[in-house]
Amino acid sequence: MTHDAAADLAADSAAFPAPVRRWRRLLLTNEFGLIVLIALFALIFALLNPAFVSRFSLFAMGRNMAIDIVVGFSMMVVIVTGGLNLSVGAIAVCAVMTCGWLLEVVGLPLAPAVVCALGMGAALGWINGVLITRSGIHSFIITLATMSIFFGMMIFLTRAEAFRALPPEMTAFGKAKIGGYVSPLLLVTIAVGLALSFLYRFTAMGRRMLAAGASPAAAELSGVRVNRTFVACHVLSGVLATIAGLMLTARTGAAIPSMAGHLGQDWLLPAFLAPVLGGTLLTGGRVSVLGTFLGGMLVTILSAGLLLMQVGEFWIKAVLGLLLLVAVFADAARRLYLAKRKIA
Amino acid sequence: MNPRDLFRQDWFGLLAVALVAGGIIAFLKPAFLSSFNIQILLASIAINAMIAFSQMIIIAIGQMNLSVGAIGGLAAISFAGAMEVWGLPVPLAILLGLAIGLGCGLINGWLVAVSGISAFIITLATLYIFNGINLGITEAQPFYGVAESVKTFGDMVLIGPVPMIAIPTLIVIVAMVWMMTRARIGRHILAVGGNAHAAELGGVSVRSTVIWAHAISGLLAAIAGMIVVARLQIGQPTIGNDWLITSFAAPVIGGALLAGGHISVIGTLLGVVIIAIITQSLVLFGVDPFAMQIALGGLILWAVAIDRTRSWRAERRRVKIA
Repeated sequence: MTHDAAADLAADSAAFPAPVRRWRRLLLTNEFGLIVLIALFALIFALLNPAFVSRFSLFAMGRNMAIDIVVGFSMMVVIVTGGLNLSVGAIAVCAVMTCGWLLEVVGLPLAPAVVCALGMGAALGWINGVLITRSGIHSFIITLATMSIFFGMMIFLTRAEAFRALPPEMTAFGKAKIGGYVSPLLLVTIAVGLALSFLYRFTAMGRRMLAAGASPAAAELSGVRVNRTFVACHVLSGVLATIAGLMLTARTGAAIPSMAGHLGQDWLLPAFLAPVLGGTLLTGGRVSVLGTFLGGMLVTILSAGLLLMQVGEFWIKAVLGLLLLVAVFADAARRLYLAKRKIA
Repeated sequence: MNPRDLFRQDWFGLLAVALVAGGIIAFLKPAFLSSFNIQILLASIAINAMIAFSQMIIIAIGQMNLSVGAIGGLAAISFAGAMEVWGLPVPLAILLGLAIGLGCGLINGWLVAVSGISAFIITLATLYIFNGINLGITEAQPFYGVAESVKTFGDMVLIGPVPMIAIPTLIVIVAMVWMMTRARIGRHILAVGGNAHAAELGGVSVRSTVIWAHAISGLLAAIAGMIVVARLQIGQPTIGNDWLITSFAAPVIGGALLAGGHISVIGTLLGVVIIAIITQSLVLFGVDPFAMQIALGGLILWAVAIDRTRSWRAERRRVKIA
């Protein structure tokens, strides 16, 4: 499901006959590597501690996975532009607190409140996109500034207090189990993933996003309005961050200002881990929705497994950081290998 | 230096902003110039300047270092932990803290230089590794057994309102100015930041320059972390958590080019001073401390906007001449 395979294909077709080629290509994909890793770790953890595959553990993992993957998606859609969005966590908290305020103080029903929250996320993403495209300044510094501004506004307005009187439907959704151990949150994530795949594969908008990310100048010359497309990517990022935030709220049962840490910084690692593990190019123009999905899955399985093995919660943070390093190095090695093949 | 030279310095505008802002606040709130207030102001400048220099040196090579806070935190808790758990004498504990900062910086630099992967993603990973080690060691509990001499150092004043902790900062400022203007490594850093390819062709080893820059950055972060320990009187594991925004805000306000190749030590210092004045005035005017976060973000946007208009104007002038 990697949407930029032409170059790799050309490299392989020169060297091998068709069936071998197909196998080699499959084995070389990031997605295949991730599936192997996921299976391997799941097996190891299950053998070491059977509680790993208990109904409760599977349910809890599914719930965490669902949120981590959507957080990854929210970063993935801006990495496509060759930029990044440090403010995903801050946007999510802002939108969730808006939702909580509408529900608790204004007394809006759930559906319109959720729609307003999504609108809030989209608006904050739009601000990011417009500031970046109008100023021409790198998204890193703009979103660093807006992360501070968005979070500061939220904390200023809420006085750092949580909204806990959420409607019971919302918390029930977070606790529900389909067939005993599948969280409905996971279904939301799968739906989001399918929608994103559809966007990048079959819609003109999605193709424009990839083209603009791969080479802004070339895309501009072929009639893509690059700036407008980049703004759309940031709006999408804001919406996805909000969805992840709402899912987290459904899980914890309250809208809490510190749910993503100081300035929303705690979301940065999961946000980058999933897409980078999944083979999304940091320079833009290439995206793998399935890869990001599997990347998020691997992260959750690793954290859950290590936690079960009594590895302290804090050390897991270090392990995940190490995993990010290993992932980028593996990706660099893979690219080097492919480049060598092309020469041969 | 004659007055005209002073006016030509690119940090002159910042100095004017700092003086005018300070003047207005002192006029409205005379308490701003009280000896106690100036002492707090100088202490915060002393710490934040180190944090800002730590980031500035990486901005100079056209990269970024997200792990400044994590390195500072790890060095801080090692410094405090070595005194409490191992009963190490203060000089040895300081050496340990410095070595940890240097080591973390070397790891960052080596990983970036060898892999060629963007420093952003490498330092994001090491941020979590260093921070995870910090929390894994401390289990999020502070070390209280900081030596008395360190505590008094953090509390004492040198003369008048000048706190003792300004001394290491002053030394570092002089060293940084010397390094960036006179030393070979400083010129190499700027050359690599300006154009790595040209620098390589000109005989500069890009790889070792990048590693050196990260090592210096780690060292400065460690010094900052240990000064915070002296100031707080305990080894808090959360030291460094909130350094990210400040570390970028001050150099950017100080006129550093994010693409690399141009930084100003004095400009960065003035950036720190401006941030400190604004923070302090928010407190004096009874503005919500939460508003500081908004002000910091706004300052970054303001600084990059100025930077943009400056380069636009320069470009337009060049077009006219041509």
